[in-house]
Amino acid sequence: MNTEARRKERLDRGIKVRSEGIYALMSWRELSYLTLPRLVLIIGLLLLPLVMPSMYWQRVISIVCIYALLAISFDFLAHFLGLVSLGGAFFIGVGGYMTAIMNTSFGWPPLLTVPMATVIGAAICTFLLLPCLPLRGVYFAIVTLMYPLALMRIIEALNILGGTDGIMGIDSFANQWIEQYLVILMVLFFLFGLRRLVNLDLGLVMRAVKDNDQAVRASGMSITFYKAVAVFIASGMGCLAGACLVHIYMWAGISLFALDFSILPIAATVIGGGGTLVGPVLGCLILVPISELLRDLGTLRIVFYSLILMAFIVFRSEGIMVYGQRKYHQFQRWVKV
Amino acid sequence: MSDKPILEVQEATKAFGGIHALNRVSFDVFPGDILGIIGPNGSGKTTLINCITGFIKMTSGQVFFQGRKVSGMPAHKIADMGITRTFQIMRPYYSLPAYKNLVIPLFSPRARRTGGWRGGGKLGDRDTVGIDILEEIGFERDSFVPYKVASSLPTGYLKRLELARCLALKPEIILCDEVFSGLSMSEIASMVPLIERLQMDGITLVMIEHRLRELFRVANRVMVLNFGKKLVEGTPEEVMADEKVKEAYFGSEEVEEVMTYA
Repeated sequence: MNTEARRKERLDRGIKVRSEGIYALMSWRELSYLTLPRLVLIIGLLLLPLVMPSMYWQRVISIVCIYALLAISFDFLAHFLGLVSLGGAFFIGVGGYMTAIMNTSFGWPPLLTVPMATVIGAAICTFLLLPCLPLRGVYFAIVTLMYPLALMRIIEALNILGGTDGIMGIDSFANQWIEQYLVILMVLFFLFGLRRLVNLDLGLVMRAVKDNDQAVRASGMSITFYKAVAVFIASGMGCLAGACLVHIYMWAGISLFALDFSILPIAATVIGGGGTLVGPVLGCLILVPISELLRDLGTLRIVFYSLILMAFIVFRSEGIMVYGQRKYHQFQRWVKV
Repeated sequence: MSDKPILEVQEATKAFGGIHALNRVSFDVFPGDILGIIGPNGSGKTTLINCITGFIKMTSGQVFFQGRKVSGMPAHKIADMGITRTFQIMRPYYSLPAYKNLVIPLFSPRARRTGGWRGGGKLGDRDTVGIDILEEIGFERDSFVPYKVASSLPTGYLKRLELARCLALKPEIILCDEVFSGLSMSEIASMVPLIERLQMDGITLVMIEHRLRELFRVANRVMVLNFGKKLVEGTPEEVMADEKVKEAYFGSEEVEEVMTYA
């Protein structure tokens, strides 16, 4: 019998180690190793609206960014706090209706209503989710799934806020460039902001809540408070996305509570790679345009869509970004055991 | 030892359905004490700690800490007063390096007020303070150990990390849930002086333990629980001599062994 066995060894690349800390400033190569991936993402996103062939595809970019905001917020809650949120539709709906009410009732311009809807909407969402924050497990997922369904039926049954017709006559952004660059810059802001946050001491506490909430309680900190802070941030992102969406469509209706807004961000996180925060953005950049391309196929597109998702879950369950980061930072080689 | 108890437990009772995990257990802990709590499996030792620290609610009974009632308060408020605990099953933050594990308790309001163990009311850089605490508790500073991810640490270090998490809060009292269990003889041998040093530092300790030899060496009082009831309380010698205790818990052989050791 051949006793000689081989196994794959995975090691960090030298340049990864060299570019950690202050030494990265020593040479252009190390510096570019650190900054190039980030620059590609930033510049790529900023150039996207310019290279799009038509108005239609420029609009798609805006929608991509709106889903990206939701996906980042899902990834943040799920992988850094351990709260699985199905509340994308809830956040979108609350933010969307807030901005619609403020815009139509008081006549405030979008550049005022969007930030206000973000903050007030986040406060409302956090307040409504507060009862289930001390609980662990699937309860948070269930409650976040229930709220959009309940709100949709309440609006329908009581015929408030425009009922099934929705609220019409909402101002759009001044022009398409403002609209697109607003959402793109917001995606970049939250992406890099959250990446910074999760590495601060505050972010460490949040990650500790995910790892082991009992030890956080034993350390004299209220887990509910830190969960509430994180839910405020995440729902704020969702409400911002919802507010932008309403101003893009110039209409707010009960379809804002559609489950697409809850499910697609999760799919994007699976494809892009959870826990990376960048991954979900990439996932949206892939999934949303695909779903637009397949629109001609009618309902058959759901089949293709599911196939893509299944293929990813089976063959690359870690996600694009986790895979990519590994290839970028590490190399593999066969070694004899 | 002063005469005023730091921790008073009065008639602590916890019923899970019809089963009384704790049945009217009362005892006092005095400043500077090391109180050992022993008892057979399922006698309610861990439940007692859970009740005192607010992790589960007592059915009835009261707990006073430094004269203030703490029973009924949420767990993080109780910890904030200086009543800290370790967990029997170690609960580090597995994905974080050892010293980052201490950044979390050092982030708490109590640590910010007190500055952590040995801190004079002012908290410096959390990473540095964390490594300082780890060094005092037996992590070699110049090695890789404090920087290793907690999931790769051996049990001995994880037990120390549990204690370090308590120390980061500058505790008045630590309730230790089996710090010696799962350790090798040599690890225990190095743990005992650490416990004694904590006592010299003025920290009161309540220790649940199955390792009677080591416990009887450090403890100055021992309480025995059996089926949720307090059986005996007294000095280690008194407890060892007690007939009821022998009957309920030891089995004659081990008592003799322990007694010859003591």
